[in-house]
Amino acid sequence: MKQSGPLLEVRDLSVVFDTRRGPLTAVDRISFDLSPGEILGVVGESGAGKSLTGTAITGLLERPGRIGGGEIRFEGNRIDNLPPEQMRRLRGRRIGAIFQDPLTSLNPLFTVGRQLVETIQTHLDLGREQARQRALELLAEVGIPAPEKRIDHYPHQFSGGMRQRVVIALALCANPKLVIADEPTTALDVSIQAQILAVLKKLCREHGAAVILVTHDMGVIAETADRVAVMYSGRIAEIGPAAQVVKAPRHPYTEGLMGSIPVIGTGADRLTQIEGSMPRLTDIPAGCAFHPRCPCARADCAAVRPEPRPVGDGKVACVLYDGGGI
Amino acid sequence: MLAFIVRRLLQAVLVMLAVALIAFAMFRFVGDPVNSMLPEIATTEDRQALRAQLGLDEPIPTQFAKFIGGAVQGEFGISYRNKRPVSDLIVERLPATLELVFAAALFALLMGVPMGVYTALNRHGFVSNLLQIISLIGISVPTFVTGILLILIFSVWLNWLPSFGRGEVVQLGWWSTGLLTISGLKSLVLPSVMLGLFQVTLIMRLVRAEMLEVLRTDFIRFARARGLTDRAVHFGHALRNTLMPVITIAGLQLGSMIAFAIITETVFQWPGMGLLFIQAVSFADIPVMSAYLVLVALIFVVINMIVDLLYFVVDPRLSVGGDRA
Ligand SMILES: Nc1ncnc2c1ncn2[C@@H]1O[C@H](COP(=O)(O)OP(=O)(O)O)[C@@H](O)[C@H]1O
Ligand SMILES: [Mg+2]
Repeated sequence: MKQSGPLLEVRDLSVVFDTRRGPLTAVDRISFDLSPGEILGVVGESGAGKSLTGTAITGLLERPGRIGGGEIRFEGNRIDNLPPEQMRRLRGRRIGAIFQDPLTSLNPLFTVGRQLVETIQTHLDLGREQARQRALELLAEVGIPAPEKRIDHYPHQFSGGMRQRVVIALALCANPKLVIADEPTTALDVSIQAQILAVLKKLCREHGAAVILVTHDMGVIAETADRVAVMYSGRIAEIGPAAQVVKAPRHPYTEGLMGSIPVIGTGADRLTQIEGSMPRLTDIPAGCAFHPRCPCARADCAAVRPEPRPVGDGKVACVLYDGGGI
Repeated sequence: MLAFIVRRLLQAVLVMLAVALIAFAMFRFVGDPVNSMLPEIATTEDRQALRAQLGLDEPIPTQFAKFIGGAVQGEFGISYRNKRPVSDLIVERLPATLELVFAAALFALLMGVPMGVYTALNRHGFVSNLLQIISLIGISVPTFVTGILLILIFSVWLNWLPSFGRGEVVQLGWWSTGLLTISGLKSLVLPSVMLGLFQVTLIMRLVRAEMLEVLRTDFIRFARARGLTDRAVHFGHALRNTLMPVITIAGLQLGSMIAFAIITETVFQWPGMGLLFIQAVSFADIPVMSAYLVLVALIFVVINMIVDLLYFVVDPRLSVGGDRA
């Protein structure tokens, strides 16, 4: 179904874990849109809920985790409540995924060719030879030299960077419209991170796929993303065009994050600019989750949870921008 | 890979030499066979003559060298009990034991692997929990008890299956098989179930544990993220990756089943090597006992080597060199 609206709409999405001591909310009522072909960067410290957001969209949450509320619409249709079999058909075909560690993403016992052909044949109505041909083309596209030879190699015969190229080929082999890349370069050698990102960006543009690029590397975001969502404690603190969020951050947390961009390529895992660390799921404070660490905190920050408000071309969830208030 | 095989072969030879030494030492530690072979009234000359005939009067190193020389050719001397060459006795009994063990192993794999996969995939289901509990019982009940229960139910009460012997056998050259007659097949059922039951529970628990482990890995998550069907993920990717430990354990268990067959063969009066061994023990029939020991050790060693070689077939990381680039 062709239509001009957003490719992906996430509305008030929550992810909860059912524990013996009651449900824990790991992703708390987040909303965002993604246009076709757009690259949305998602940043935040470890444990902010970035991976879970991606996992919820691909429908791969595992017990005890589950979607606790909200809606996910893809190409206009709800996908958060699809039966498992329909969701499976969507995965790989319309929504691709790339994980953090290329060393463990591939089955060590099968050749990369077999894994490519298997995925292609699952989604496209191609014969064995045609599928193999397509696999060869994909390997060439992601920049693997001598694909005719490499296609019959096993994953352990590839280096980390080459394996992540194979993973990208696998994610794109049925031309999905959305690719969720969860820290695709974090596990790689710093010297090849930029190459892999360039391959990812180029291929997604050529295949017309939008990307949700999860990373905690602000340098990557500044270079790659069209828009950026900043997550903190399972909520979106700020979302907006990359230039605006990186150069003129509005949320005090984003400011802190940007202050900690040291050199491109170095992770901003530890925030030197902001005291303390992100709260655990069991003791997220009331009101704004960031207020105990916030340099601009006011009395009402502990009482009222700020809702995202339009600021410039983006949205910021902070009382500083609440304008008239509630 | 060739170096690996050569190394393994050398190890195997060393192991076999050690076993042969133990088997040979038995001759010295277990009572004098001459006493039980001759009547009470035999004269000293009779005793000396028999000693010379059995080669017991020679120096010990010579005896050991002769023992090894014979063993390599499959000669273990004359049985003290029925005065026939041990090799003939073994050849008569070996097919019965091997058929029993392979039937039991097949039973264990055909039951254990699917049950392990099922309980791993339906971890919280009622049937899975039930199987888990039953398997716990299966592991803790001694095998001779299950054997006797099987006889009680299927032979005594229901009168469906014979409770002892091998049934009718057919000779295929020197190999006597019970697999070609109805009565032979019927006779095989209860003993192989008894021998295999413990292995079923073992393999089921192993497959379950390995499968759960593999299902948590990244490449399974990625396989799901690629939209592969559950069938492909579970049986193509996950099961294949549980194969290594299953092959190892199944191989080792095959060896121990040959050893445990002694109990089964005793309960069912199964005319195999185990029964031969038990009869030999009660008669201090050392040549038979040492031949049994050496043969079982040889089977263990051979199975182990096959298992090691299967690794190369299953896991490309071992056989295909990593010219990483
Ligand atoms: N299986 C689980 N059980 C309980 N809590 C979990 C589980 N998986 C993730 N979490 C929690 O959810 C939060 C968000 O995790 P995640 O989305 O992986 O963060 P990140 O932003 O680093 O990708 C973390 O606090 C983490 O502890
Ligand atoms: Mg993560």
